[in-house]
Amino acid sequence: MKNEMHIQFSALSENESFARVTVAAFITQLDPTMDELTEIKTVVSEAVTNAIIHGYDGFPEGLVHIDCEIAEGTVSISIWDKGMGIENVDEAKQPLYTSKPELERSGMGFTIMENFMDEVDITSIPGEGTTVRLVKHLKKSKTLCN
Amino acid sequence: MSLSVHFETKQHVLLVRLSGELDHHEAENLRNDWQDILSKQNLKHVILNLEALSFMDSSGLGVILGRYKEVKQQGGEMVVCSISPAVQRLFEMSGLFKIIRLEENEAFALETLGVAS
Repeated sequence: MKNEMHIQFSALSENESFARVTVAAFITQLDPTMDELTEIKTVVSEAVTNAIIHGYDGFPEGLVHIDCEIAEGTVSISIWDKGMGIENVDEAKQPLYTSKPELERSGMGFTIMENFMDEVDITSIPGEGTTVRLVKHLKKSKTLCN
Repeated sequence: MSLSVHFETKQHVLLVRLSGELDHHEAENLRNDWQDILSKQNLKHVILNLEALSFMDSSGLGVILGRYKEVKQQGGEMVVCSISPAVQRLFEMSGLFKIIRLEENEAFALETLGVAS
């Protein structure tokens, strides 16, 4: 059975913890492990922070959207904005690359997403916005008895 | 849950204890306070105690790396201790352990920097 959840919120850094906690609360019904929950909270935080800092560049009138779907142990999360988009996605994905070194960005956001999720798909059109689609297949937490 | 930061100095060492959640929203205040202390006091090394840090993302890595560079420039060392498995994975992924030494706990970290606890 498909089960989905959608939220949208202002591109304010105050909302970063709201976003990751909300997604985590929604997926707890799949009975994830603590590690899986931490990984999902981390990647949501990364993608939402990117939307706020890079997509909207501190323009709080922008809205960040999260579409989350759970089905048979798989979590699919799309985090998208209608911000400025990414000129060169391959460059942005490079570990330690950041377009904003003055803000002490580590450049590890996409690397963390790729490490913690099973699928990471970035679609971006300069001037129109960015969508990051993240998919994770949860391990079955119930132990089978033989 | 927000971030709470506790600074303490022991001789030439700045102890930084973080508890709560360190994300982009909390990173700027932490950076300002931490920079302020480092620039005003004559401190050489930094021990970062992450025992009570329940969440961190790449924004935290950025702030830590930024302070590491400042400490290194003054000829000091940065040591991290009491790190959770989740935060440890982020450190490993970003190669931070190549430049920041990991110790098991605060007392031991202090000892390695020549401060008797």
